Amino acid sequence: MNRRGATAAAAITVALASSGCEFGPKQTQQTGYRGAGLQQISDPDHVARAAAIPAPPYELPPDGGISASEAYENVKVLNDLSAERFNHLMASITQWVAPPEQGCTYCHNPENMASDEKYTKIVARRMLQMTRAINGRWTSHVQQTGVTCWTCHRGNTIPAFRWSEGERTLDPTSIRGNKRGQNTPDANVGYASLPNDPFGQYLRGGNQIRVASSSSYPRPDHVGSIKGAEASYGLMMHISYALGVNCTYCHNSQSFRSWTLSRAQRATAYYGIRMVRNINDAYVEPLAPILPADQKGPHGDAYKVNCTTCHQGLSKPLGGVSMLADYPELKAPVAVAATPEAGQATAAAFRNPGQLTKAQ
Amino acid sequence: MARYQNIFTQVQLRGAHEMGPALPPTTFPRIGSPTYSYWLGKFGSAQLGPIYLGRLGIASLIFGFLAFEIIGLNMWASVNWSPIQFVRQLPWLALEPPGPQWGFTLFVPLAQGGWWQLAGFCMTTSVLLWWARTYLRARALGMGTHVAWAFASAIWLMLVLGFIRPLLMGSWAESVPFGIFPHLDWTAAFSIRYGNLFYNPFHCLSIVFLYGSTLLFAMHGATILAVGRYGGERELEQITDRGTAAERAALFWRWTMGFNATMESIHRWAWWFAVLTTLSGGIGILLTGTVVDNWYLWAVEHHYAPDYPGTGVIDPATLPGVIR
Repeated sequence: MNRRGATAAAAITVALASSGCEFGPKQTQQTGYRGAGLQQISDPDHVARAAAIPAPPYELPPDGGISASEAYENVKVLNDLSAERFNHLMASITQWVAPPEQGCTYCHNPENMASDEKYTKIVARRMLQMTRAINGRWTSHVQQTGVTCWTCHRGNTIPAFRWSEGERTLDPTSIRGNKRGQNTPDANVGYASLPNDPFGQYLRGGNQIRVASSSSYPRPDHVGSIKGAEASYGLMMHISYALGVNCTYCHNSQSFRSWTLSRAQRATAYYGIRMVRNINDAYVEPLAPILPADQKGPHGDAYKVNCTTCHQGLSKPLGGVSMLADYPELKAPVAVAATPEAGQATAAAFRNPGQLTKAQ
Repeated sequence: MARYQNIFTQVQLRGAHEMGPALPPTTFPRIGSPTYSYWLGKFGSAQLGPIYLGRLGIASLIFGFLAFEIIGLNMWASVNWSPIQFVRQLPWLALEPPGPQWGFTLFVPLAQGGWWQLAGFCMTTSVLLWWARTYLRARALGMGTHVAWAFASAIWLMLVLGFIRPLLMGSWAESVPFGIFPHLDWTAAFSIRYGNLFYNPFHCLSIVFLYGSTLLFAMHGATILAVGRYGGERELEQITDRGTAAERAALFWRWTMGFNATMESIHRWAWWFAVLTTLSGGIGILLTGTVVDNWYLWAVEHHYAPDYPGTGVIDPATLPGVIR
């Protein structure tokens, strides 16, 4: 082989071997006790930027005056809100969600604004209830920052990041085209060969995510397969990508299971997973019957929420900026049928976990 | 004199081909007429062939080929027989073992894990036949059977992973998928499920012997090359007839670290380190899930895991009134 050929071969080898590398300096931030690898590594060139938040259509009007239910017919969610503020919110929702060429008519019949004839209006009403439930009941996850329609929608009628029923294997008794729900380069699970539909399995219903045993020795009451661990691992890869963080943002790799070694962020994520399940089970999926086919997933189910829907590569959606100051009505306490005290106790305990151990 | 301080082998033999002693009339012949290869001579012997396959070698190759084909065709079928997707996705593709619902059923339907069982059987048969071949060839040449027993240690780890442990756990789903990324992800999931394999002491031993093997190999290779100018490559002769090469090598290590192996003992060190890597590794895997379910907790109980300060975070599932 001549020298030029050898040089070319060496250059191609180096190029191929380093094609998966991200060059450039990295930033490392220590996040826990020294010596345990508890650090966040980020590549400044590839950090997701917080999206801009649109200015409110006009300044928030003062509270008072006649209420929305007095001013308009068929108001079912924000009855007690002042009509001025109700209009302000409607203008904002139009800006956040509706296509500009349609405006109010995306949801309303301009001849009769009170009419429920458009499915979009029914969906919007349900989403309003959902937003208030998130900001009222799920402070364990959204804290005081809260969410608005913009947190997910970002000007789209359906949020850009969503999931729907995955491709089911047509015939489980055939090997043709059958990857057992895994072994595919899939962005959902960070291009690993892990099971690539963690959403259907874990982001609705109440499937157990935990796989490691809480006892040193085998017990008949803890049966978990390695395949179960792979599926759970797939969900964790999704969360990692959605938040733009690595495993040690929440966990200590010494023991992924141990809570006393974990960071507080893990508890926030715990509530986040339950919040997403609640959103999908109670608010999104029940809307499927009224949605037109072209607004649904290929298998006829409603498009659902996962961590990316809000987070979009950031550990705090929209860079942690709260929009609630301009929309106090979205934070109004929601009457919850099931044990509101318990929910608040949980949130309180979460905010100050040390207090709980002291009491014991 | 600088010829031993080189990446590649500097000495190549040329002459009449080495054909080996005559074979007894009942055995298979040696196959192929030997040639010389300059480039192979850079790494090893320049003579290529002849090879002796015999009954065991042929049977082993057949079973090995069957396993390879079953795995490859299953992977190809999983991308709807698309040759392009087969190449593009090859690192991700897999032949998965039967799911947990099958337990340790001996004959699972082919498409639901039966192909995996068949591939595993063919691979195991192939490897065991090849083991018998290394044993019998060594015997036929009047050698010791050291190679065969070292190979057996590796086979032990393979059988523990793919057969013995699944048998004890009562589930084929505990065993490893065939596939490039899939078997790596399986390894990570295995560690996560069983509470961090790094706290498994036999895993620790296995790593010590593995890294120790590379260290010993580097030390030994370097030492022999360094005394090559004094005939150090005649290691076995120098065991009993110690020459200046052996003396210098011994002095070098005694002066630098106070202790030295001998021309004989260094090979026993290397053999045991290599053998113990897979032997202790196999024991560690065998104990996982059967005897110990969470290695981190086991290590905490035995004051073996380092104790880091807690963060004060509480499992939300243990708080009152929580949504599970």
